[in-house]
Amino acid sequence: MSTISREEVAHLARLARLEVTDDELDAFAGQLDVILESMKTLAEVNTDGVQPTSHAVPLVNVFREDQPQPSLPRDAALAGGPDTYEDRFRVPRILDEEA
Amino acid sequence: MTKLNDYDKAVETYEPVLGLETHIELDTNTKMFCGCSTTFGAEPNTQTCPVCLALPGALPVANKAAIEATIKIGLALNCHIAEWTRFARKNYFYPDMPKNFQTSQYEEPLCENGYVDVVVEGKEYRIEIERVHLEEDTGKTLHVGGATGRIHGATESLVDYNRAGIPLVEIVTRPVPGTGALAPEVARAYTAELRDIVRSLGVSDVRMEQGSLRCDVNLSLNLPGAEWGTRTETKNVNSLRSVERAVRYEVRRQSALLDAGERIFQETRHFQETTGETRAGRSKEEATDYRYFPEPDLAVMEPSREWVEQLRSELPEPPRKRRERLQAEWSLGDKEMQSVVNADAIELIDATVAAGTTPSGAVKWWLGELSRRANESGEELAALAITPAQVAQLQGMVDDGRLNDKLARQVIDGVIAGEGDPADVAAKRGLEVVSDTGALETAVEEAIAANPAVADKIRGGTHAAAGVLIGAVMKATKGQADAGTVRQIILDKLS
Repeated sequence: MSTISREEVAHLARLARLEVTDDELDAFAGQLDVILESMKTLAEVNTDGVQPTSHAVPLVNVFREDQPQPSLPRDAALAGGPDTYEDRFRVPRILDEEA
Repeated sequence: MTKLNDYDKAVETYEPVLGLETHIELDTNTKMFCGCSTTFGAEPNTQTCPVCLALPGALPVANKAAIEATIKIGLALNCHIAEWTRFARKNYFYPDMPKNFQTSQYEEPLCENGYVDVVVEGKEYRIEIERVHLEEDTGKTLHVGGATGRIHGATESLVDYNRAGIPLVEIVTRPVPGTGALAPEVARAYTAELRDIVRSLGVSDVRMEQGSLRCDVNLSLNLPGAEWGTRTETKNVNSLRSVERAVRYEVRRQSALLDAGERIFQETRHFQETTGETRAGRSKEEATDYRYFPEPDLAVMEPSREWVEQLRSELPEPPRKRRERLQAEWSLGDKEMQSVVNADAIELIDATVAAGTTPSGAVKWWLGELSRRANESGEELAALAITPAQVAQLQGMVDDGRLNDKLARQVIDGVIAGEGDPADVAAKRGLEVVSDTGALETAVEEAIAANPAVADKIRGGTHAAAGVLIGAVMKATKGQADAGTVRQIILDKLS
């Protein structure tokens, strides 16, 4: 019995904007299951009193002074987008309430 | 048609619980994680770079001034400043962020557990602050197409990323029960106090109409003694008055639903400035599934206690203390002071007094004539084209007897029209109180001759009738006579 269901895979795919076929749902559920099982092995290690590691580099308080730097020329900035209109990036309309 | 209960009836039956989420754009020179300028109103997409456009390989670095500003806000709100804190990614797909996530904070905000005390109708309310965290603003999207379209027949969004990445501070209160019928006023008072605190710190211009202070209002209702109800979150609340109206509207709307035995859905609603209504937003499916995780591209932060204490020592006098001090210095009653606060005139009056006027003189102009003009033109008081120094000069001329109030108002016309300082305007327009008693005596004699019946009344002891003659003299001198002097001359002549 999988610990991760087809529905959960479908949900994750939707969040990640991935189109997944029915066959793939089964395949990915199986693969993700293996990954989760492996993680369970890791979870057996006693980590009492150990702070979770989010960064591998032992750096803290890396800040920047509030000094303006040149921005990209507008055309260069817009060149990275799929389409432009009136100096703005043009994208398919997202159906959402927006003021 | 949405059914609404009468407000007073609604709060007799139900107890409101408030919650407020406020976003404040900091006025740093550069964005949160890159050196792009933050100048308001620049041409679209001229203030972007590989970091805020999320081009591959770009690495963000946190702006120290923004961290310091946020710590100061936390301290001013009596918060604990974290010893260890980090940024997190809030993942969502929406074109307002090119990264497909917003850099924010999750379980480890920079500041926690503070409070703000506000006074409403003589009663003090403590608003507890759950957290103050730092994140980045999103780009501006412009929806076009269809019926409203700038592009005919299109259904598209146009995006300007100048705002994407500007430091944004989010301040979240704990639920606030116990405000009863005064929930709208408490919500407003809190927002105003927060604005004043942040403004006093000099870290944001906190202008609601420009969007540098934005408010989300949470509200639920419950029967006395029952568990708290389901809350709605109203966005797009962009003025102090709107905060009050949004709370009032939700109380009326939710109570009508509850009375009808219906349930309240947890949902995001949008405030409509024109009608004062709140409307349900199209709810994003799985909107809360942001899959936060620690931001790997930014180092964790450990604000040292020395740094925090240094910032604490730089905090200005808290606005509330300052108001109390100024109220005493200006000898104002509570009601008068409230009017000053409501008119947003504290800074203006303070500067006018500093320029050498009596407090009563400064209060008189800013709350009277100048407030009236601001209301008429729909401007803020501070936006009028007259400075505190000019108001001080004007009142000085009144104190010296060179202007009366009527002439002073004409001088204000000139100052606002850009004709210069009050003294210049008075000289150019020939506005000066006539102090030549010879000229006034002639004008009085003419007025008496033209109004014999009135003169007889005054001779008979009806001094109140002198008003008619004073009016005639004022008209003859184009308002440039001192009314008190004229009255005295009239009574001298007719007794």
